[in-house]
Amino acid sequence: MASTPSVKKHMQSSDKTTSDHSKSPIVRPSIPEGKSMRTADELAQATEKISVTDLSFYYSENRALTDISLSIPERCVTAFIGPSGCGKSTFLRCFNRMNDMIEGTRVEGEILLEGQNIYSPRTDIVSLRKRIGMVFQKSTPFPKSIFDNVSFGPKIAGIRRKKDLFEIVERSLQRSALWDEVKDRLSESALNLSGGQQQRLCIARALANDPDILLMDEPASALDPASTARIEDLIFELKEQYTIVIVTHNMQQAARVSDQAAFFYQGLLVESGATEELFTNPRKQQTEDYITGRFG
Amino acid sequence: MSSKPDIYTTKRRGRITNMLFTSACFLATMTCIFLLVLLIWNIIIQGKGWLSWEFIERLPSRFPDKAGIKTALWGSIWLISLTAMFSVPLGVGAALYLEEYAPRSRWRKLIQLNIANLAGVPSIVYGILGLGLFVRALQLERSVLSGALTLTLVVLPIIILASQEALRAVPDSIRRSAYALGATRWQTVWYQVLPASLPGIMTGVILSLSRALGEAAPLIAVGAMAYVPFVPERLTDEFTALPIQIFIWTSRPQEDFHHLAAAGILVLLVVLVSMNAIAIFVRHKYGKKIRW
Repeated sequence: MASTPSVKKHMQSSDKTTSDHSKSPIVRPSIPEGKSMRTADELAQATEKISVTDLSFYYSENRALTDISLSIPERCVTAFIGPSGCGKSTFLRCFNRMNDMIEGTRVEGEILLEGQNIYSPRTDIVSLRKRIGMVFQKSTPFPKSIFDNVSFGPKIAGIRRKKDLFEIVERSLQRSALWDEVKDRLSESALNLSGGQQQRLCIARALANDPDILLMDEPASALDPASTARIEDLIFELKEQYTIVIVTHNMQQAARVSDQAAFFYQGLLVESGATEELFTNPRKQQTEDYITGRFG
Repeated sequence: MSSKPDIYTTKRRGRITNMLFTSACFLATMTCIFLLVLLIWNIIIQGKGWLSWEFIERLPSRFPDKAGIKTALWGSIWLISLTAMFSVPLGVGAALYLEEYAPRSRWRKLIQLNIANLAGVPSIVYGILGLGLFVRALQLERSVLSGALTLTLVVLPIIILASQEALRAVPDSIRRSAYALGATRWQTVWYQVLPASLPGIMTGVILSLSRALGEAAPLIAVGAMAYVPFVPERLTDEFTALPIQIFIWTSRPQEDFHHLAAAGILVLLVVLVSMNAIAIFVRHKYGKKIRW
């Protein structure tokens, strides 16, 4: 009872401090213990992995993306945020040319992967997709064994020896933090795994191709909080080796896992920058409105 | 007076309608089952004394007590094996092309429409086509090969449609995942889509083949209606088949031949039921592992 007034007082005072700012409280990146987020300086020093220049994307006559230019640093996590239909997933699918599968789509501008334009006619899409792995929103294991799921990529790339395949499968499953849970049942159907395990299996499957880049399209949106946390931890581990681009509509998640963030709205890249800056001190009003939850 | 319905009377009225409708449906089901049981019972009664191992081993004869079904049974086995060899690769291949490769154009729609129509064409029409094309034009004569090719025409549209259905049931996410892992279209189809749709395709194939097994009309048209006292040994040999032998026996005036026909029907039914059992087994064994 005696402590109540002081608590009240404290709350009042903190209320006052926030209202002193003209801005509403903003989601601050909460970094998991023992993990480190890249600072703005580190980001600036990082090697550029992908460079996007004036990219526009059309679904037949409708322009879905307009003049997007963005630099994606190596071994960092870049998050694409924005409301539904803002083009962030479309943009993500431009990186491994998955949009090519949709009839009537057209791309203008260029995406350079280590200096080479992936939209050049000389690009081999198969090798491009081996270098750029992708994880989908809904986990999509093949209706086959766990082993066959992970070994599919290397197998179609021509690796036939069982011993080599097994090494790749073990390494990929270890990297996706699934090995301990499945090592005794690699020949069981992947469909018997839980949702979170299936998603980590899909990550392992992408890693088995030994890519440089990992694209993730809302990888945790269909998962429970515990499984989501495991995926986020995994992203933190993986960025030491891989360049990761993640699409998410979860602000907290973007704030937690990413080093760089890009905010999209109606096919435009509104703002991009170091996550810490973008979330604490956005330059554009639209970004701030979205981050603080006023729309979207 | 209240305009709201009285809850007791509406309930009673609804219950009566419900009861009437339920009993009508139940009656319909029972009628079907009763007719089926009656049919099978009648055949068993007629054929039971005549069905023996000798019946299966003996050649046809004009004396009922010496007649057997050996040539017809072997003729049917030849026909079905050959028909399967021709129709499965063609049908599954066509379905794969239409579902996985063909661009979504008006041309494809036209083909699709035609296949659906072909599946509904009466089999005697295929028999007449077979007579003109295989027996006369290609001069294959009244051989087991002509018969098998004609039956291939009959089942091909059904196999294509069933396989297309099975391929369409494979979710696109499987294809997308394979492409995203750097698979070519061929690898995606061969390693992912085809294995995933195989139980469905096999079920369709077995069911269409059991239809081919029961077909008499197209075979009569290509001239299988002959007295054939030997088992086919070559593709060019003459042949007869189970439904034809049954047809011949039932059209004889003597009572004994009708008993033979009933015994023949029992043999045909056993073969058909086993084929359907295989289809169900395949679907359950392999289908269980695959769900989306």
